[in-house]
Amino acid sequence: MQHGRYRFIVGFLVAPLALYAVFVIWPFIQAIYYSFTDWTGLSPDFKMVGFGNYTRMLKDDIFWKSLQHSVILVLVLPLVTLSLALFFAFMLNVGGRRRKNAAVSGVRGSGFYKIAYFFPQVLSIVIVALLFQFAYNPRSGMLNSALKGIGLGSVQPDWLGDPSLALICVMVVLVWSTVGFFVVLFSAGMASIPKDFYEAALLDGASRVTTFFKITVPLLWDTIQSGWVYMGILALGVEAFTAVQVMTVGPGGPDYSTSILPLYVYQTAFRDGQAGYATTIGVGLLIVTMAFAAVVMRLGRRERLEF
Amino acid sequence: MGSTSAHKNEGLGRRDVIKRSAALGLITVPTMSFLSACASGDSGSDETVKKGKTSAKNPLGVNETAALDVVIFDGGFGEQYAIDAEKKYTAAFPKAKVKHTATQKIQSQLQPRFNGGTPPDLIDNSGAEQMDMGVLVGKKQLLDLTPLMDAPSIDDPSKKVRDTLRPGVLEMGQFEGDPVWIMYYAYTVYGVWYSQTGLEKLDAEYPENWDDMLALCAKAKKQGIAGWTYAGKYPYYLPFSLYPFIAKIGGREVLDKIDNLEPNAWKDPAVKAAFEAYYELYKKGYILQGTPGLTHIQSQTEWTKGKALFIPNGSWVENEAAPTTPKDFKMMVAAPSGLDSSDKMPFGTIWASGGEPFVVPAKAKNPQGGMEQLRIMLSEESSKNFTQQVKSLSAFNGGTDGLTLSTAMQAGVDALKKAGDNVVNPRLQDWYVKLQKEQIGTAGLGEMMAGRLTPTEAIKKIQGFADAAAKDQSIKHYKHQ
Repeated sequence: MQHGRYRFIVGFLVAPLALYAVFVIWPFIQAIYYSFTDWTGLSPDFKMVGFGNYTRMLKDDIFWKSLQHSVILVLVLPLVTLSLALFFAFMLNVGGRRRKNAAVSGVRGSGFYKIAYFFPQVLSIVIVALLFQFAYNPRSGMLNSALKGIGLGSVQPDWLGDPSLALICVMVVLVWSTVGFFVVLFSAGMASIPKDFYEAALLDGASRVTTFFKITVPLLWDTIQSGWVYMGILALGVEAFTAVQVMTVGPGGPDYSTSILPLYVYQTAFRDGQAGYATTIGVGLLIVTMAFAAVVMRLGRRERLEF
Repeated sequence: MGSTSAHKNEGLGRRDVIKRSAALGLITVPTMSFLSACASGDSGSDETVKKGKTSAKNPLGVNETAALDVVIFDGGFGEQYAIDAEKKYTAAFPKAKVKHTATQKIQSQLQPRFNGGTPPDLIDNSGAEQMDMGVLVGKKQLLDLTPLMDAPSIDDPSKKVRDTLRPGVLEMGQFEGDPVWIMYYAYTVYGVWYSQTGLEKLDAEYPENWDDMLALCAKAKKQGIAGWTYAGKYPYYLPFSLYPFIAKIGGREVLDKIDNLEPNAWKDPAVKAAFEAYYELYKKGYILQGTPGLTHIQSQTEWTKGKALFIPNGSWVENEAAPTTPKDFKMMVAAPSGLDSSDKMPFGTIWASGGEPFVVPAKAKNPQGGMEQLRIMLSEESSKNFTQQVKSLSAFNGGTDGLTLSTAMQAGVDALKKAGDNVVNPRLQDWYVKLQKEQIGTAGLGEMMAGRLTPTEAIKKIQGFADAAAKDQSIKHYKHQ
């Protein structure tokens, strides 16, 4: 019986699995193979170097620094972005005062806010990063001009030029550009929660905070978990890479303060001509990503609520 | 609204399948997007074209019917100068077809072609995605350009091409021994850039020693003008004036030792004196506020707006800053001010060297065509065309007669004349890109000029990077001959 079911599922999945094997798993095995070579990326000949690249990686300060930054990103970004998005979505959908005879409604002007939040999503991350690079300009940028405007002319940080601020500056931009997507995602999730739950809670005299934590969050848990995974991909992968590459050109910020693993892979492969070593760092990134996935899957496990 | 949740039995629910595949996807998406881009291709099996007959008009023996494949870096200099020169090639060989590609992504476009053994015939290997020349030479991917150097020049068949080049250009194309791997087509003057008008407004002359420099900066500061600015996010622009300054103080051997990665090369007293002089600019507040957060374009714009007097840069700045440069700016370049009268080299010591490296791949199908195209570009006519279009000197010595030069170009020509033999050419930036840009530049000099490291700390840090690079077996090491 069980076997039959596997065969049934796999039967439908043969074609996609084959594609997956050829285009995802095979390059993946290839990459691990290259991580044991001294391939330059500029010539087809190379030789095996055993674990040479790996011992080098473990002694490489910049690798550890990049790893540390990547881990910070993957911990902080989903937490901040999803918390903000949950809060905004709650306010837009159920956080409003009672009016128009509807028991549950969003704050005034929520339709407009939804569009405003989602707007950054239609801009490419490259454009967003470029725009913020202007805002962070210490001479004529929006931020320092605003500080001057309110009489704080003596406080003029260098923003992206300051190692203690640069990574935070990048994270703010990433949050700004992604939070709208999750607001929409969570709004859709909230729309599917039966209104009577909220009405019942209101009748019982529950406050907005209680409704949020006792009803909204538990019923949205699946959506939140998917969001967490998705945000992890952005933080470890291409979105964070683009923001760092465009904004903190230098590269990797002052004194490596914004260097992250994908950027380090890219520089090693395409600037230093050490594609073999770059794939080794890529394998390091893979391990971080696997650890992240394992943690999310384990911590996220929760009893399902039926409704 | 019901739930289709997984059952608590041991079966494989639909949600589990989705979840697990999501997890797999999560693992693979970020890593693989990078790694799969690196996969190497097969070795090409294409044969090179047959060599043509050599003649007075065709000294390199170009096959007249073979196609020519040229890839140009489309950066500060654009591509028009190359297109013009290619027209001359088709005029000389009407049966040959020229394929012209212009891109800013040299490495990502050409890496697969090198790996596959089908590179183009001529490449302008420049820009942010420049391929590492040391690796290309080490892996025997480049063609020795000696036949081109020994070929007669287009303008005067009694002269060899090598005799028509500016000093130092040919040597820069060599790594070890005689082969010439790279033909640097542009000729860049590095140094301290300023506005003559700006100095006149302060009733000042360009300062020849550091006391005068500090006095001028103090005078400017009283009027609310900063002395210096630089590309804070790319602090590897600082060496353009700092390295010749070091050479002037301690002699050119100091720079050679640094290039050769000799132990304690950075601990030379000349380096310390130069670092302390620059650090004083920071300490006395002569650096434009906010400079560490500016890109090269932003800092150049502040400079052309007159917010700062001096900026370390190269001769491409005239073209690059043109949109923001006021008409009465009178852009000039000068050799770095010296420290004092005990300096080993005279005032005028400057850094000038080749730019825009052109290479012919070893596995090119039409290598003679690639070299012939370079020979055409090194004619007086093409060189003048280049100079007029992009406001830069070319590797061709002379070729500015009869052209009206801008103040900046004239200042560059004058500076070269004044320097005479005192032209230095530090090689860190073409031999050890990472060391120069990221480690010495960003992590060392950038931090010092932002006031986060003292000169002593900066020297210690940079010496550490240099020692690590000297020990690193994965990079090829070079020595001044």
